[in-house]
Amino acid sequence: MSEIKPKELRIIGFLCNWCSYGGADTAGVSRFKQPTDLRIIRVPCSGRVDPLFIVKALLNGADGVLVSGCHPRDCHYSDGNFYARRRLEMLKRFLPFIGIDEKRFHYTWVSASEGARWQQVVTNFTKQIHMLGSLHSKTGEQSES
Amino acid sequence: MNLEGLREIVSQVLPDVHVFIGYAQGFDPLHATPLFVRTPEDINKLIWNPLCVHNLTTYLPFQKKKVGIVVKGCDSRTIIQFMQEGLIDREKIVIVGLPCRGVISVTKVLKAINYEQINSLTCEGETSVTVITSHGEHRFSIEDVAPDKCKTCQYPTPLVYDYLADDPITSDKPPDAVYKDIHEFEQKPLEERWEYWKKELDRCIRCYACRNACPLCVCQDSCIAETRDPHWITQKLTIQEKFMFHMIHSLHLAGRCVECGECERVCPMGIPVSTMKKKINAEIKKLFNYVPGTQPGEKPPMYIFNVEEKNIEEHKL
Repeated sequence: MSEIKPKELRIIGFLCNWCSYGGADTAGVSRFKQPTDLRIIRVPCSGRVDPLFIVKALLNGADGVLVSGCHPRDCHYSDGNFYARRRLEMLKRFLPFIGIDEKRFHYTWVSASEGARWQQVVTNFTKQIHMLGSLHSKTGEQSES
Repeated sequence: MNLEGLREIVSQVLPDVHVFIGYAQGFDPLHATPLFVRTPEDINKLIWNPLCVHNLTTYLPFQKKKVGIVVKGCDSRTIIQFMQEGLIDREKIVIVGLPCRGVISVTKVLKAINYEQINSLTCEGETSVTVITSHGEHRFSIEDVAPDKCKTCQYPTPLVYDYLADDPITSDKPPDAVYKDIHEFEQKPLEERWEYWKKELDRCIRCYACRNACPLCVCQDSCIAETRDPHWITQKLTIQEKFMFHMIHSLHLAGRCVECGECERVCPMGIPVSTMKKKINAEIKKLFNYVPGTQPGEKPPMYIFNVEEKNIEEHKL
């Protein structure tokens, strides 16, 4: 396991099945180099992402959470990501209030063909989380896993 | 405080309704308690004074029979929210509105009298209360012992009613002061805010009183804080689980919380639980220009969307 740097952090990604998961796949097939901190969870639609998923992840050991869906107007279910946008924006503004840096949570839109964009998103977000460091060692919380 | 007027309206309404919900004197002079009026004799038990703190609308959702109810200005917002969510049938509810200049906070009074035994309590109109304890007499202005919500109250007169038991009053509190405490808290550094909530929520005993008292927590037995499938939170007494429970409560009230303050009033540990909900409301106001329970013609913001959101910009990394 010498490939994995000891500093690796835990980032959870909720990706919609139709666009972003495909986008991540495209990035993989095209062999774009990406950081390995992200663990992907596939969801049917970004509208399936309950803001509580993100809170639960952050409270229980994740250092960052990324949510990605289809571009607005391109949702496979036509309006799931519009609902998601309202909820996630609300959560993003609420997190700093309870003392979690809003930079630890990011939501964006990546389509299935945008492999290069996916690489950019993952790289930049991972970099951002590394700059913030671990959420749990900093706050004295022990992750439960 | 027009108690006679209220009793008269109730005696008019009572034959048409299955039950009328109001306030009665509780187990001691400091507490009022909900009263279910079914017979004309019960009407004399009705009271109306600054001790009437409860949001009685909690009883309304899923009622099948016709019900009468008294509401203060703040409680009437809950009724509007219920109507928007289709939780009540307006036809089956008779609302008696009571313009209110503020109620007392039992906790604040008890603290001020140093938890002495209360022998009697008299309300002088709507401005002050005199408490006689075994150690002497204490006089408080309602403003000094009011819960925080009354200090920034914008809706002293009910927004929806069939009968109004008194002359309507308008708020003299500045509207921009409503979220002042939230903005002040946000000035603190991030670490300090986290430590603050950790300290406050660590006291939580997960009695779920805040959820049970909340008029808008309508999931009842299906609340995800208790279901085993999905198993959102465990029985463990860790700070994560306590935090998670309050996140569930706050986020499920996003764009719905009418700031009645019941959650905070019933908390046995004195945790400022309504602050989190207030913060979400402040953001909802900024994002969607929506104040829950005041705009009956509109849909709650989390139920709808705009293809182009005016106030939401894409976040760049």
